[in-house]
Amino acid sequence: MEFLILLGTPLFGALYLGFFGAWRRAPDVNVGLSLITLLAACALTARVIEHGDLLVAKEQFFIDPFNVFLVTLTAFVGFTTALFSRPYMRIERDHGKLSARQLKLYHSMYQLFMATMLIALTTNNLGLMWVAMEAATLSTVLLVTLYRTPASLEAGWKYFILCGVGIAQALFGTILLYFAAEKVLGSAGVDALLWTHLNAVKGQLEPAVLSLAFVFLLVGYGTKVGLAPLHNWLPDAHAEGPTPISAVLSGLLLNVAIYAVVRCKILVEGSLGSTLPSNMLMGFGLLSVVLAALFLWRQRDIKRLFAYSSIEHMGIITFAFGMGGAVANFAALLHMTVHSLTKSAIFFTVGHAVQKSGSQQMGDIRGLITTNPTIGWGLMLGSLAILGMPPFGVFASEFLILTTAMKQQPWATPILLLALAVAFAAIFGRVQPMVFGETSGKRLPHPPALLPVFAHLALVLMLGLYIPPYLADWFRAAARLIGGE
Amino acid sequence: MNHIPFDLQIINALAALLLLLSFSMLSQRRIVSLVNLLAMQGLLLTVATLMVAWRTGETHLYLSGLLTFALKVVFLPWLLHRLIRRLNVYWDTEPLLNIPGTMLVGVLIVVFAFGLAQPIAELASTATRNAIGIAVAVILLSFLMMITRSKAMSQVVGFLSMENGLFFGAMSATYGMPMVVELGIALDVLVAMLVLGVFFFQIREQFDSLDLHHLESLKERD
Repeated sequence: MEFLILLGTPLFGALYLGFFGAWRRAPDVNVGLSLITLLAACALTARVIEHGDLLVAKEQFFIDPFNVFLVTLTAFVGFTTALFSRPYMRIERDHGKLSARQLKLYHSMYQLFMATMLIALTTNNLGLMWVAMEAATLSTVLLVTLYRTPASLEAGWKYFILCGVGIAQALFGTILLYFAAEKVLGSAGVDALLWTHLNAVKGQLEPAVLSLAFVFLLVGYGTKVGLAPLHNWLPDAHAEGPTPISAVLSGLLLNVAIYAVVRCKILVEGSLGSTLPSNMLMGFGLLSVVLAALFLWRQRDIKRLFAYSSIEHMGIITFAFGMGGAVANFAALLHMTVHSLTKSAIFFTVGHAVQKSGSQQMGDIRGLITTNPTIGWGLMLGSLAILGMPPFGVFASEFLILTTAMKQQPWATPILLLALAVAFAAIFGRVQPMVFGETSGKRLPHPPALLPVFAHLALVLMLGLYIPPYLADWFRAAARLIGGE
Repeated sequence: MNHIPFDLQIINALAALLLLLSFSMLSQRRIVSLVNLLAMQGLLLTVATLMVAWRTGETHLYLSGLLTFALKVVFLPWLLHRLIRRLNVYWDTEPLLNIPGTMLVGVLIVVFAFGLAQPIAELASTATRNAIGIAVAVILLSFLMMITRSKAMSQVVGFLSMENGLFFGAMSATYGMPMVVELGIALDVLVAMLVLGVFFFQIREQFDSLDLHHLESLKERD
């Protein structure tokens, strides 16, 4: 039942807002629907806490420790982003940047995007997961091009083609996986792509086929994660789309893509019994961290700056999953959670800062602390959190990842540390004048919606100091699951 | 020498024709012909699927054959032709690599594809396993086409042809994916094309052209 509401609400919302999305109250409907989705996710979570894992709809959908917190996180950030977008999109409309039709498209696609991500997270069928991932791309392409500027069209085209080609590779990987599964599970057809069934027999899957499949799956879903060198679409799509979309792309979609990679990795590693998948993840992860840190220095656009920071963090998470082991997996899951919360909070403040100064160029944004203290503090605290300052949660996860790296992969530690230091200098150096610099600007006419920002940052702070026991249990159980036990 | 049953010979011949079509796409610069070639590819795919369905008696393959026909032979070519007329794009410019050069690279790719497919084909138990190499070749050739063309429309044809290759690969290796998944994939392709239709008009409105050279300003600046 909770399941039906969880997946049905955003699907219904996409349809409903597709017709009535230009209505004056549409942003409120958007918030309301997101709230229902969130409540359903919470109810589901409560049920999982009480009864354990779930398998529903002829085993086509499932909830286990690995996806339960991601579902709640996705629904939560979806809700707060809807809250943020309510005044944000109204201001955009008042500025004449968007027409009623574009607003309708925006609301409808926002709900559809949430639905595709929730399906991708909860489906047990690897084929359906692929379908949902592709649908997530499609629903956001027209959102990236919402403003119809030349730059946004270019970003949208890049996003469509690069992710389309990438996801086609993932489809080939899925076909290969099915091919290997069919040998073991028989051509029962429907069951042979169910993850739980595959996981039960992963030791018998043909290693040669699976290693080939993993290469394709990693390249395919890795494109969506934004792993270097397949990250080209990411900064453009983040910078040119409306800010609420940047927040959900960065905070949620990348997580879902990483989730897909890790699900596949569990199967492949179980079959191969070698470290090939781990090594590939570590390699791609480290490359992304280093490249992103270098590119951070060259950014002038504030949204591009934080988009590259997302690539860097995805690299860290991928690297941690690559190292494997209970602690590293635990840290990676924690990092996924805190990165998602922090990064979307940052995009919320950035959105308002950009609206205020009318430019995304960092040189034009100055002195937020005098013109609008809450935005200024939000951006400063968010940046400090994402840069891994204690006592925020990012510090805890990065600390765990680094100490594990020291034990398991000592060669990588200096590279990681150096990249983190470079990223710190780059981001802090840019944010500091934006927040504290001299300005002649005036206060905003509209009160910005900053409740989501501080709610996110408070959660990140809490996760840095105290992790609720059931969350820690899920992280541990998921870490064991990913470790293949 | 082993005797190969007649229907299998036909399937293999269809696979060979599919490869041939991929090469003609690589050399074709008229966009209208490109779309026609794509429709022919779809038709071959339909016939091949129906042949396999008849041979194995799998009912879901009949369905997916019909779906392929409706989507890839009728609807998508119609949509693309309409777009071409409305947007007035008939010719692609000279590809980034000239056509003989592209063909040579294509030949190398085919050799590589067969090498890549060898281990899979050895493990496959389907009668159509010889065609796996061709499917991989079609995928990679479409990829090559997407890289070397600069008009958005040709890239989309390349993208659809890649999807055809994937479909053919799934069919020859495993007699197709489960029905739910195949329906989902078909839906995605359909939506992708509709999104693209909208998208093309936006690009045209903005640049007065569908040449992707206009879309090159978002580079990392020094």
